[in-house]
Amino acid sequence: MPAAFDCRELSKRYGGTVALAGVDLEVQPGELVGLLGPNGAGKSTLVKIACGLVRPSAGEAHVVGEPAGSAAARATIGYLAELFRFPEWLRAHELLSLHQRLARSEGGEAERRELLELVGLADAAGTRVGAMSKGMQQRLGIAQALVGTPGLLMLDEPTSALDPVGRRIVRDLLLELKRRGVAVLLNSHLLSEVERVCDRVAILVGGRIVARGSPAELARAGGVEVELESGVRSFPEASREQVPKIVAELVAAGERVYEVRVLSSTLEDTYLEAVEGVTAS
Amino acid sequence: MSGALTVAAYALRESTRRRVFVVVLLLTVAFLALYGVGTEAAFDSIDAQAAGAVLDVNDEVLTGSTLLGLAMFTTLFLGCVLAVFLTLGAVRGDAERGLLQPLVVRPLGRTALLGGRFAAAAGVCALYVAAVYTGAMVITGVAGGWWPADPVSPGLGLVAGVVVIAALSLLGSIFLSATANGIAVFMAFGAGLAAGLLGQIGDALNVETLKNIAEVASWLLPFEALYQGGLNSLTESIGGNTALIVQLGPFGGAQEAGPLLWPWAAAYLLLIAAAARAAFARRDL
Repeated sequence: MPAAFDCRELSKRYGGTVALAGVDLEVQPGELVGLLGPNGAGKSTLVKIACGLVRPSAGEAHVVGEPAGSAAARATIGYLAELFRFPEWLRAHELLSLHQRLARSEGGEAERRELLELVGLADAAGTRVGAMSKGMQQRLGIAQALVGTPGLLMLDEPTSALDPVGRRIVRDLLLELKRRGVAVLLNSHLLSEVERVCDRVAILVGGRIVARGSPAELARAGGVEVELESGVRSFPEASREQVPKIVAELVAAGERVYEVRVLSSTLEDTYLEAVEGVTAS
Repeated sequence: MSGALTVAAYALRESTRRRVFVVVLLLTVAFLALYGVGTEAAFDSIDAQAAGAVLDVNDEVLTGSTLLGLAMFTTLFLGCVLAVFLTLGAVRGDAERGLLQPLVVRPLGRTALLGGRFAAAAGVCALYVAAVYTGAMVITGVAGGWWPADPVSPGLGLVAGVVVIAALSLLGSIFLSATANGIAVFMAFGAGLAAGLLGQIGDALNVETLKNIAEVASWLLPFEALYQGGLNSLTESIGGNTALIVQLGPFGGAQEAGPLLWPWAAAYLLLIAAAARAAFARRDL
């Protein structure tokens, strides 16, 4: 089975500005991958190439084995842009109906109702887009992206305008999609959201992926600190399992042990370390 | 329903919901009402003056053809306004507002999207100018008893002219922001009209340079030549002193279209379509 999305040596230049500089990434079917990075890192460009909105300068990208941007590739994706707008004069169910026709979905009224319920807008089917709050529009945008049961969903900052309740709805929705086997590529600045829902995370800085792995792998152990009479001694490579051995060795060496701290870095620490490391170099 | 038809229906529904058609309809009714009043007054006036006429001129023909020529010019202008406002922000403008991307990622494809937008705009504009021209012709005939010998050709010239303008505006919308595109198309429209007038002057005074300028402009901007051709067919059957006087008027000196105009207009539309397709396919959104 081909990957839901894969790209090799993907590069994009806008004039003299490098947006992507040789990115390799793979999203497997049913996998939820988070793409993290500061503003201007190239996250949106990567997603736009996957959607066929932007042409790469070099490299290649595929969606379910089809070249990104081809009609076959576009038929399998759902997309919500970071800066999106829907016509204010359309009602929620009309917007979904329009996208059903464009996506050649035969879901009809049942699909529209299900999608609106999924994003917590069941009572807003007849509401005009212009009368909706930004948060409601963002949830409607997610429902629009889900029209036609896409195999790959690409969400660019889908929770940026949402309140905590809206974020919770989207988080539950993402977990539900994962349960259904939908692959998701999620761009977000909200590290806690990504940490909670994503199977894997890639950190993109300056158009390059500088770190990748599961949230647990990236939020790696940060070593052990032992407070002794003579001061604090660090064991940066040590893990929790090694604490008894370390303490025993220190005591055998005549040290008096007052406190032992097992350190672990969060995804945020790793992210900041990666971003600052690249920025400084 | 194919993707292009879905987009066309969507564009038409947008115009309906935004009450574009209501505004256009009200203003057009106001124009035709004023035209009716003016035409009635003009024919009444020539009836009263006919007894003292010195030249052997058919006043009904002179007045009717001149007024309907004026109505054709106004119809072309109104059609141009409609074509521009229906298309000026269709690509870059909508992309900058984030409206276009959700549509483009769907499987219908960029060419179908452009085709749908063009079909909607061109269809509306064509129907509109045909209706206004027909209305003005009926008013002229009912008020003064003058009907053009060939009532269809002038209308066809207008329809083809606004279709070309809609295509140009859609092409411009790929490269330019909405405001810049609107300005560019209106300036092209004005340049085309100015070139047509220069051609008329060149014909009257037999100045080759002016005639050449008009000819080049009519190849570059064939909507003007199509309009001129329609205008010419309005008056070409008029003879005698009346024809002479009509030719001297602002709407009577139009150049004949020539056999290549319509094939060139069709080829021109195809060239615009090819250029728009290629440019839109390469455009990052």
